[in-house]
This record gives sequence, C-alpha cells and structure tokens, in this order.
Amino acid sequence: MSLWRYANPAEFMRVSGRVLPVLWALTAACLAIGLGWGFFIAPDDYQQGATVKILFIHVPAALMAINAWLMMLVTSLIWLVRRHHVSALAARAAAPVGATMTVIALLTGAIWGQPMWGTWWAWDPRLTSFFILFVFYLGYIALWEAVDEPDKAADLTSVLCLVGSVFALLSRYAVFFWSQGLHQGPSLSLDRTENVDNAFYWPLLVSIAGFVLLFLSLVLLRTRTEIRARRLRALQEVEARA
Amino acid sequence: MSAGAAVLGRELRLALRSGGGAGLGLAFFLITVLLMPFGVGPEPEKLATVAVGTLWIAALLACLLSLDRLFQADQEDGTLDILALSPLPLETLVALKAAAHWLSTGLPLVAAAPLLGITLNLPAPAFPWLVASLAIGTPGLSFLGAIGAALTIGIRRGGLLLSLLVLPLYIPSLIFGASAATAAAEGRDPGPAMLLLAGLTLAIVALAPFVGAAAIRLNLR
Amino acid sequence: MGLLVEGLSCNRAGRPVLEGIALEVPDGGCLTLRGPNGAGKSTLLRVLAGLLPATSGTIALDGIRLDRDRDLYGERLAYAGHLDAIKPQLSVAENLAFWAALHGSGGTAAALDALDLAAIAERPAHVCSAGQKRRLGLARLLVAPRRLWLLDEPTVSLDADAVARLLAVLREHLSGGGMAVIATHADLGLPEQRVLRLAPLAARAAARHTGPFLAGDWA
Repeated sequence: MSLWRYANPAEFMRVSGRVLPVLWALTAACLAIGLGWGFFIAPDDYQQGATVKILFIHVPAALMAINAWLMMLVTSLIWLVRRHHVSALAARAAAPVGATMTVIALLTGAIWGQPMWGTWWAWDPRLTSFFILFVFYLGYIALWEAVDEPDKAADLTSVLCLVGSVFALLSRYAVFFWSQGLHQGPSLSLDRTENVDNAFYWPLLVSIAGFVLLFLSLVLLRTRTEIRARRLRALQEVEARA
Repeated sequence: MSAGAAVLGRELRLALRSGGGAGLGLAFFLITVLLMPFGVGPEPEKLATVAVGTLWIAALLACLLSLDRLFQADQEDGTLDILALSPLPLETLVALKAAAHWLSTGLPLVAAAPLLGITLNLPAPAFPWLVASLAIGTPGLSFLGAIGAALTIGIRRGGLLLSLLVLPLYIPSLIFGASAATAAAEGRDPGPAMLLLAGLTLAIVALAPFVGAAAIRLNLR
Repeated sequence: MGLLVEGLSCNRAGRPVLEGIALEVPDGGCLTLRGPNGAGKSTLLRVLAGLLPATSGTIALDGIRLDRDRDLYGERLAYAGHLDAIKPQLSVAENLAFWAALHGSGGTAAALDALDLAAIAERPAHVCSAGQKRRLGLARLLVAPRRLWLLDEPTVSLDADAVARLLAVLREHLSGGGMAVIATHADLGLPEQRVLRLAPLAARAAARHTGPFLAGDWA
C-alpha cells in the first residue's frame, strides 16, 4: 500500500471526509486551550504588559504563512513530477489560507508594534519580507484564476511557485542587505521566541499546534471543494456532449 | 546568417518598425521621471535623495511595458508553433527574445538615465555607478520578464497579471542596483552591491531561458 | 519508409479527441483527412507535428519515433496550420527570408516563384490580401527540404489559379518521394489519394465515465 493511493480523488474524498471532523475537533481544542491559557492565565510581561499576549496569534500565524508556501512548493513539485491532481488542487487550496495567515501576521504585528515601537509599520527586514511574501501569494492566486484550463493552470502555477520560492528567499536576504546597507543595523528586534519565558512557552506551543491543525483542516476542506468543482466541471462536459 | 542571428534581427526589426517597443518604453521612462518632482516638490536637496530610486523604479516599470507581447504576439499569429518546430531550441529562442527586448527597451533607458539624473539633481559621484548599475541590472529584468511573458502567453489581457507576477521578482535586482548607486552618492563603497547585482543578473540570464522554455512548452500543449 | 502511426489517442483538456488512430503514408504518398468540424483533423495534424502530446500510441517517420527522437523527427517535417505565421510589419520577402535563415537554407527565390509571390516580394505583409498571405504561409514549406508536409486546410482563401499552383508544388513534392497529410474539405484531385475519415468522438465517448474526477461514485 503506497501513499500515492490517496492521490486518487475518490480515495482522497473518502479518507478526508472521515479525518476532517476529527481535525476540526482537535483544532478547536488546541486553539481554545492555547489561546485561553495565553490570554487569561499566562502572566503579563514585566516590560510589555498585556500587549505580549498578541504573540499567541502573531507567532503561529507567521509560522504558518511560511509553511503554507513550503507546502505549496512540495505539492507543486509532486504535480510536475507525478501529475497527481489532488496534489495540484491542494496547492491551490493552500494559497488563500497562506495569504490570510500572512495578513494576520502583518496586522497583529502592527497592533503589537504600535504601543511597543510607537509606530504601526517600520521597514524592518522581517516585516518587509512578509510583505513581499504576501505579494507572491497574490500573484500565485491570480495566475490560478486567470488560466481557464485546470491542468494548464496547475502546470503554470507550479512553475511560478518554483520561481517564486527562489525569489522569495533571495528577496529575504536582499532585504537584510538593503536594510543594513542603507540604515544602521536594525534597532528593533522581532526575535522574541528565542528568549521567551517558560510561562509563555507552553501556551505558545499549544497555540502553534492549534494553528497547524487549523491550517490542515482549512486546506483539506478547500481541497475537497476544489475536487468537487473539478468533478462538477467534468460531469457538465459529459452532459454537454451527450 | 545563422538561425540565432535571424531571430535576433527579426525581433529588433519588429521592435523598431512597429513603433512599439523601443520608443514607447523610453517615452514612459521620461514621463515617469518628469512626474516625480510634482509628487515630492521641486527642492533640489529633496530630489537628490530620491533620484536613484526614481530612476531605478521608472526603468523597472518601463521594462514591463512591452513584455506582454513578447511571446503572445507570436502565439496569436501561429509563429510560435513554427518556432517550436524549428531546429532552434526553445531555450535559445527565449534567450534571444529576452536579449532583443533588452536591446530595444533596456539599453535606451541606460543611455537616457544620466540626462534624467541631471534633472533630479543626482550627486555627481553617483552618475557612473547609476549608469553601470542599470546597465548590469536591466538585462536581468528583461530575462525575468521573459518568464512572466511565457507564463501568461494564453491569457487574455495578460499584461496586468504579468506585472503582478514579474514585479516581485524584480525586488532583489532593485535593491542591489539602487544600493550601489546610493552608496556612490553618499560616498560609500558601491562595490559589494554592484558585485551582488552582477552575480544575480548572471544567474538570471543563465537560468531564466530554461524556465521560460518550460513554461512555453506547458502552454503549447 | 514513410509515416507509420499505430493506436494513436489524444486527450485535450481531459477529454478524448482522437482514439485508436492508425494510418500509414508511404514515400510519395498523400493522405487526406476528412470529417465534419470537431472531428479532430487539426488535432491529429498537431499531434503528428509533435505540437500536442499523444496520450497513447506510436508515431514513426522513416523509422524515427516521435517520442524517442524528437529533434530528428522534427527536422523531417513542415507544418502549415490554419494560421500563416506572418508578421504584418515585415515585407513578404523578409517574412520568408526569416524562415529560410531559421531553417539554415539561404534561397527564397524559388519559393517566391513557385507560389507567384515574386511580384509582391517587397510589399509589406499587412497590405496583402488573405489569398496572398495564405500563399506566403505555404511558401514557407519550400524554403527547406522536408520529407513530410502537414497541411491544415491549405486551400482556404485561395483562388483557382493559386490552388493549381499549390497542387503543382504538392505533386513535385510527392514525386520527389515526399509525403503529405492534408486536412481539407475540398477535393484536391491528387493522384493515388488516400483518405482517412474522422468522426467526432464526442458521441461515442459521451456515455463513458473516465478521467480522475469522473471515476467512482462520490459527491
């Protein structure tokens, strides 16, 4: 029995239909525990006060923003190499979720930054990289929408995803060069997870698990929708020819 | 005349003859730079600080103008089919077309940039570096644009989508190119940025034809 | 050796267009494709040209398999689709000279003469009539020697005189051992003409539920 069995749409629909309710339940539990613990039980930070609590949304969202793109890269490669339709549709399904996570990360970052730095936005390398990532998501989604023929759209978006991955990474390093090349070194560090206190560590971990599960649930749900849309399209074509 | 020279010659002839490509990009470049002082004000000191960025971004946008027709025109009149069947590899075709795009669009911008630099009060030490950064950076823009053009061949009104796909890819080139010229303007060493830009452009020129050709093959079937 | 096609099928956008096509064209042979619109004539020509991938089956030209030796195969054929691949900004001679240079042959004079284009050689293509453009498109076949010609409705917008010239050119190609596959509604009256009739596959394939998204009963 191989993993590729699940690349068959019928098999995928059968299995995902059973898994999805469990995933939703786990998602709800993890998010409730992680966010509830973080918001109401974990102490305020001695420096940042209550604003630190937004970190329980900000950090997981930022992680998923990047991981969603990585998942799209892997599924795009699988489509190009093995031509499994479910893989291509999973990449398509993940894009809007990843884009939304990017927006959440940017917005929560701005809300956190306002009281802490006194500004909603700074052209800090990390903020800028996420902004760029968001633009890459937009281009990817737009290309999917623009191509009529689904298989060709899968082909072309896969190529774009590969090129985009290279340039998203390149941009990240270029942005560090730019920010240090034009200004003094970054005075605002966003690297908070490294020195985070134990009191924040566990609820943060549960929140991250919750976001991972949320992402998986949403992608499965959206992939199921995409598969149904393709089936509908195929059935309509058969109908039109009969 | 070899097959490659034939393609290059024809592309340049078409760019010059249709009154499209070359002239239009240059005119767009001039107008964009002309608009800038209206946006930021006529003070020379203020203009000097935005001169490098303005010239680079205007060049970047001017490069985009004629990109959407790079392969689409050939696909619409059946030329792309015949080219795909010809002995010339598609990779070579993409490279030649991107090169022709740079010669007809990028090169005039490089030539016009120092003149426009004067109007924006660009600091004197930055002139050679601005021209050099554009000369080294813009070929990369044309080759990246060829990838975008190949991806959007079959899309009606693909020009807007092309900008959305291609402009984010221009970010590293823009950062290194503008950094080099800015460093020169501020009396710092423009060397590192310039070397990074040159390396980036070389990598793009070497790899983009393969990606573009792959996208064309996917589009043809 | 000739052209040999066996068990050829082709899907477009997940839908079968050609199925189980078998054909053979010997040296000097000419095959005419007939059938109503949508029967897959143009698709078959594009598959034979290597522009569209076959879903299954083999195509061999002079023993060279399309799927194994693409470049060698491609060097033996010339394709003239329903688009003429003409740049309106260039003159007739410039258009043709480009294709000649691309295929590594110099002379365009013979091709211009054969299709009666010499008189308008310097005319910009955008002022040419539809028939003149068609002749220019067909002249491209003559700039480089090719074993197999694939022609999609070559007589469209040609007048009687031009059709006669096309036939003369075709006869010469065939008598030299060349081959041709032509999709056409017109009767060209070529000697020893073979005909392959294609019927639209849609009616036959409609009832079958194939493809990854149709298999199985789920919703």
